[in-house]
Amino acid sequence: MGRYLLRRLLQLVPVFIGSTFLIYWLVWSVPGDPFAGKCGERRCPDQYVAYMTEKYHLDQNVFVQYGNYMKNLLQGDFGQTFSQRDIGDIIATAYPNTLKLALVALAIEAVIGLGAGILTGLRRNGFLDNLVLVSTLFLLALPVFVVGFVLQWLLGVQWGIVKPTVSSEMRFSELIVPGFVLGSASVAYIARVARTSIAENRRADYVRTAIAKGLPMRRVVGVHLLRNSLIPVVTLLGTDLGALMGGAIVTEGIFGINGIGREVYRAIVTKESATVVGIVVVLVVVYLLMNLLVDLLYAALDPRIRYE
Amino acid sequence: MRVSKRATSAIALSAAAALVASGCSSGDGDGDAAASKDGAIVIHGVQPENPLVPSNTTETGGGKVIDWLFTGLVEYPNDGGAPRNALAESIDTKDSKVFTIKIKKGTKFHDGTEVKAKNFVDAWNWAAYSPNGAQNGSFFSDIAGFDKTYTEDPDGPDGPQKAPAPSAKELSGLKVIDEQTFEVTLAAPTAVFPTKLGYSAFMPLPDAFFTMKPEEFGKKPIGNGPVKFVSWQDNVLIKLTRFDDYSLRDKMKIKDVDVKLYQDETAAYADLLANNLDFMEVVPTSALAGDKWKTDLGDRGLNTVTPSTALIAFPIYDKRFQNPKLRRAVSLSINRQEISDKIFFGTRKPADSWANPLTPGAKPGNCTACKFDPTTAKQLLTEAGGFTGEMVFYYNSDSSHKDWMDAVAQQVKTNLGIEARAEGIPTFAVFRQNINAHKMTGPYRAAWQQDYPDVENWVNPLYVKGGSSNDGLYSNPEVDTLAKQASAAPSLEASHEAFSKVLEKVDQDVPSIPIYFYGQQSGHSEKIKKLELNNVGELDITSVEL
Repeated sequence: MGRYLLRRLLQLVPVFIGSTFLIYWLVWSVPGDPFAGKCGERRCPDQYVAYMTEKYHLDQNVFVQYGNYMKNLLQGDFGQTFSQRDIGDIIATAYPNTLKLALVALAIEAVIGLGAGILTGLRRNGFLDNLVLVSTLFLLALPVFVVGFVLQWLLGVQWGIVKPTVSSEMRFSELIVPGFVLGSASVAYIARVARTSIAENRRADYVRTAIAKGLPMRRVVGVHLLRNSLIPVVTLLGTDLGALMGGAIVTEGIFGINGIGREVYRAIVTKESATVVGIVVVLVVVYLLMNLLVDLLYAALDPRIRYE
Repeated sequence: MRVSKRATSAIALSAAAALVASGCSSGDGDGDAAASKDGAIVIHGVQPENPLVPSNTTETGGGKVIDWLFTGLVEYPNDGGAPRNALAESIDTKDSKVFTIKIKKGTKFHDGTEVKAKNFVDAWNWAAYSPNGAQNGSFFSDIAGFDKTYTEDPDGPDGPQKAPAPSAKELSGLKVIDEQTFEVTLAAPTAVFPTKLGYSAFMPLPDAFFTMKPEEFGKKPIGNGPVKFVSWQDNVLIKLTRFDDYSLRDKMKIKDVDVKLYQDETAAYADLLANNLDFMEVVPTSALAGDKWKTDLGDRGLNTVTPSTALIAFPIYDKRFQNPKLRRAVSLSINRQEISDKIFFGTRKPADSWANPLTPGAKPGNCTACKFDPTTAKQLLTEAGGFTGEMVFYYNSDSSHKDWMDAVAQQVKTNLGIEARAEGIPTFAVFRQNINAHKMTGPYRAAWQQDYPDVENWVNPLYVKGGSSNDGLYSNPEVDTLAKQASAAPSLEASHEAFSKVLEKVDQDVPSIPIYFYGQQSGHSEKIKKLELNNVGELDITSVEL
């Protein structure tokens, strides 16, 4: 187990370097001069451009720039944006917001998705099963921004139940609607995967044996059936956290949440490689660690799986 | 160019009327002094691109906050009229070359220090010293000695050579006479110079600025205006509060102003509808379709015009566009009224003059090429020898320009029989890069909003050789000479008269084609009982009553 963990952690290093360089290089090759559009319909004074170019070493080639960036990064310095804000500060303020939102979405996803999945998996082809089938199909078909705008307009503007946007304090109660919007498509996936998995295992030998032994139904479902059926669901949930964080840009925009989505978008448009990489670095780490966690959870859920 | 401000008196009037009407429903017309006194409002804002240093701010997100935090020597009245003294006690000159500026005694910066003549001189010297890299540095080019403090890079910023170090650190044309007086000597007589002094580049800076890094100062700016800075949470909120020691005309009637920094206009609009946001300067384009914003907001909506013009500029460095007859033909083939009605639902007005008519000194209706006359257009095209190949109209597609640019291209195609189409360039940065490098191969969209209210600002930067935004490289020696004379006229009136002559010459050459004048649709919450917009359509926060 220890060796397995070490091996997995060591694998992170090349993935980390490869992905950061790739992103740095991609943003660097976005066409356009970062200072060409900065002064409106008037070209920026040459002096300003020269000052900024020198300050950010933009006259060097991409390898030198990336090298400089990594050197600073390893010393804990994320660098500065072209607006002279510390990228470290941006990450420190924007990440917790996005993470909070993604966690709320994940919780909503798990509760609703799993609940619906279990109920329909146990009673297939009933009224409830069809209802969930249709409603998840509906959620899957709707793009996130449609769900977002409709809920914001209905709950926030028309009925006035919640405020249309999230305040700067980011209270959990305010995040329920945005969290639901962000997680809405995944709810549908989770429900469907859980339903199939449960329905399949429902007919497995060990479940039949457990029922034949006369175990109460609660125990059969809660311990034997659920635990074995959770593997695909956990995989989905685990990898989804990263996807939710990276994909929150639309939801963040609709509900005015100061998250990483807006920063990444702004940075890509203005060719700030350092900002994009800084934010994505953390995202990459989240992805890798979540994947590792999921793999470790497999062993806990299914005793047949062991790691050397 | 800083994007803009201003409401004409007619607009300000209609806004006031709408507000009185909404006030009536709540029982009183003028606002409740007690409610106002400790009142707080939340208004829409955009994350400033740079730290808040006046001479380094060229965009509206930060520019608005700078305007509220600082008071300059002169101010521009909300009705768009001629500038008047604010911090200046007097600005005297005999020859429009040497100005003696006296400032009012006893006004304070937010850190408690007094605003003195040297705060202006030091601030201007800092911005004009090219190694400091201030975006607004070129605004000081009128002042004597600018060529010594501000050196150009001999081969542009991309070339291998670096700009030589300036030979002087300070402008020779600036002289402190006593604590309240300083003298400005210009390189050449410039009648419009006092008008420029209300622009944010000319704001005073406290002594504290010179003891720290500009970006440190810009994160916690110290101004001298009606509100002072409290805090700035990136992308979230800028908090401002009334400066109680403020002694000039425009005192705050309310106490706190929170500028909520949105990334998405529709989110702000939803907040505005739910009365969760007190003021939004420009409602999103999506709310304009079918006059939705009027139904949504009712009495809370304001319709104003701003002194900005949308143009289509010609790349005159391209041989195909060097014949004025061709340019005039293109201009005459565009039905501006139809574009205004069909695409903008009447929220933009068809352009009929070279300088925006809201600008002091600008003559309405002086663009003879702005009429819709397809017959003459066709005739001119024949005289010009036709146009071979495709005429592509370019725009930046990261902003909503597609519809009207498509319409322009379509009209040119229908009315002139030229193979015309519109093409989007993905981002403003790439678009501007091509324009700056003089690599455009077809007419392209542009917009101009005055930096300061004077017709001069619509001529020198746009149509004079070497002008800061003369991107199409238009050059007519006659225009250059006349504009030079007009700038050096002994009085503003004479200068305005002379500039109208310049524009008559420009009108013959049609270096660009004005398409429409911008309009602005704003909204406010039920809480606000009275407000005014300033000369470029920004909220005048000192006028707000609850």
